[in-house]
Amino acid sequence: MLSRTADNLYWIARYMERAETMARLLEVGARMSLLPSAHGYRNEWDSLLQASGTAGGYAQKYGQAHQRDIESYLFFDPDNPSSVASCIGKARENARIVRTALTAQVWDAINSAYQELRALEKTPRDRLDLARLIDWAMKQAAIIRGSIDTTQLRNDGWDFLNLGYYLERSDNTARLMDVKYYVLLPRVEFVGSGMDNYQWATLLRATSAHRAFHWAYGGEVTARKIADFLILNAQCPRSLITCMDGVNNHLNRLERAYGRCSRPQEVAAKLAAELQALSVEQIIEEGLHEFLTRFILEAANLSGVIFETYLSGDVR
Amino acid sequence: MYEKGRVRPPYRQLEDWTRAMPAELREMKQAEAEALFRRIGITFAVYGEGGDPDRLIPFDMFPRVFTAREWARLEKGIKQRARALNAFLVDVYGRGEIVRAGRVPGRLVYRNAAYEKAVVGFVPPKGVYSHVVGIDLVRTGPEEFFVLEDNCRTPSGVSYMLENREIMMRMFPELFRENRIEPVDSYPEKLRRTLASVAPTKCAGDPTVVLLTPGHFNSAYYEHSFLADLMGVELVEGADLFVEGEFVYMRTTEGPKRVDVIYRRIDDAFIDPLCFRPDSMLGVPGLMDVYRSGGVSICSAPGAGVADDKAVYTYVPEMIRFYLGEEPLLNNVPTWQCGREDDLKHVLSNLPELVVKEVHGSGGYGMLVGPKCTTEEIEAFRARIEADPGNYIAQPTLALSTSPTFVNEGIAPRHVDLRPYCLVGERIELVPGGLTRVALTEGSLVVNSSQGGGVKDTWVLAE
Repeated sequence: MLSRTADNLYWIARYMERAETMARLLEVGARMSLLPSAHGYRNEWDSLLQASGTAGGYAQKYGQAHQRDIESYLFFDPDNPSSVASCIGKARENARIVRTALTAQVWDAINSAYQELRALEKTPRDRLDLARLIDWAMKQAAIIRGSIDTTQLRNDGWDFLNLGYYLERSDNTARLMDVKYYVLLPRVEFVGSGMDNYQWATLLRATSAHRAFHWAYGGEVTARKIADFLILNAQCPRSLITCMDGVNNHLNRLERAYGRCSRPQEVAAKLAAELQALSVEQIIEEGLHEFLTRFILEAANLSGVIFETYLSGDVR
Repeated sequence: MYEKGRVRPPYRQLEDWTRAMPAELREMKQAEAEALFRRIGITFAVYGEGGDPDRLIPFDMFPRVFTAREWARLEKGIKQRARALNAFLVDVYGRGEIVRAGRVPGRLVYRNAAYEKAVVGFVPPKGVYSHVVGIDLVRTGPEEFFVLEDNCRTPSGVSYMLENREIMMRMFPELFRENRIEPVDSYPEKLRRTLASVAPTKCAGDPTVVLLTPGHFNSAYYEHSFLADLMGVELVEGADLFVEGEFVYMRTTEGPKRVDVIYRRIDDAFIDPLCFRPDSMLGVPGLMDVYRSGGVSICSAPGAGVADDKAVYTYVPEMIRFYLGEEPLLNNVPTWQCGREDDLKHVLSNLPELVVKEVHGSGGYGMLVGPKCTTEEIEAFRARIEADPGNYIAQPTLALSTSPTFVNEGIAPRHVDLRPYCLVGERIELVPGGLTRVALTEGSLVVNSSQGGGVKDTWVLAE
């Protein structure tokens, strides 16, 4: 397949996954802001901007963190390259470029999301509540993902779509967890308190994993269990280990289809093996934030290697 | 539709259909059609018109109909013309016999901006320069068709021919059950076969065909991706291709893959920055050398444009006689060339009755439609002609036929033209149909989409 086509497919998936994460982040923020805290809601919203890597851009445009502005910035703002609208717009543009590599149903799903988004943008903001926007974004992402799963041919294009999904999702899970780090607990005695647990539980909700978590771990919600769930539990669909398994699986499929080993395979296998060998105690010892930061860098390095090998068109 | 006050036979069933359709249903169907176009993402602009890439062209649901007999005659005439145009191209890049014989003036050929010195002496595979010839026709009477223009480079709009049909079949299946309408959907397969049939001499085995597009910012991008999709070939941009040694390759996830035939939808000037415009980012450096040494075929061939400008057009009947020894089956519109003294005199004294066009103009721009213009407009245009007579041609406003068209008040006649697409490779063929463009503004003669034109489905009825 043309390298450029593969690159566009990969980025369609990344943008759609990112759009979904932005919607999930907004949900985390909205729920956290409902909880009374020593600082009011500002810290929580601010932590969200920090975690999504959009704090700088936001500060330049709006200065102080206000819920309304943050919503606009994370959902609609074309100046924010990670906003839901920017991501869907770019996914649609990429899809338009590689329409020949998409089924009619996938194109229709992406294009319809884009057309509906245009209509939402024209709707007065006071008639759109955040919950509705979040639901809308998640639903579009699900429809697109579902169309891909049920109609796309299982060829290399499918592998590149999935590589995009898994890599972006691993990055996003890591960032979502990092929100917790940025929520500065006012005093050390809050650790393990009702408020601390509420924030962790909110994270689970944001990953649509609240019930799944209870199935896997029983009643009590603790930081340790959640970290285990979202990083090391292969049953959790958004865990880092599940994402890395997915990346490895699709790289292996490419190896078989193309009949040659690749460097991305080596890098990805190493990353997956490291995760396999880790325990949650070791992660906490290293420091959750430190671990997540390291993971995000390693995943970025892997995506760079994938680009050089398959997507840049320079392979000989 | 009407002839001597009576409905022409091919339209009889349609007349009943129209009569039976209440206005609300028609409006609903119209909205449905537009929603379909938008949803599929069909956007289109005729070659060189530019404009908003996401613009929809108005779609008229009333089809245009040809009988099998009418079509058979048109088909013959179109193929004849396409053969002559290709013979002319091979000749003017070779011995130039038509010029030597004094049948076509040399300056029109050799000083033509579209004459490509880079291919002089080169005969492309199967002797074909123009592989898709789009011939614009108008009808002036029951048996009378005139050719308005030939398009030998990269005529666009064929996606509309195919999509209009899709949408009509989806919305009005009963019409297709009741009428025996020839299908057009073999076009992409025929195009692919045509392209494969002109593979270069160095190609062994199954040729790899690609469609080269300027990219997704181009107004015809939809058409490019649509055609590539239906042909099952890669849609590439210049940066996806590179030249190494004697061949052209595309960049794939598995490494370089050789390309044999390029159906290019970019202009000559952008094909190869080493040969033409050095600032072009759209083309492939070194492509022309590979082309001339038989490593790749370019369709249509660079330089094909010399056969389709409005001044050369006047000599096409002459080409048919010269190369084929036949009489033209389709007539040219009588045309005056302002570059000739006698013609110029005639044109200047009859401006209010004439249509005057720029030789290299397209898209309904830079033209004067005499009967529709004010005295001031005519005088302003007169000055332009006098300043550069060689740049203009003039034609009479023909009594163009109209086709029934849905308008706010119901059905009304509107002027139409027709562009069938003739494929030239090892064989020469065309599907029974074409793109009918319609001037939606009452009385207007201009069917270009940039001037308020729309499109409609074109039917050829089976015997």
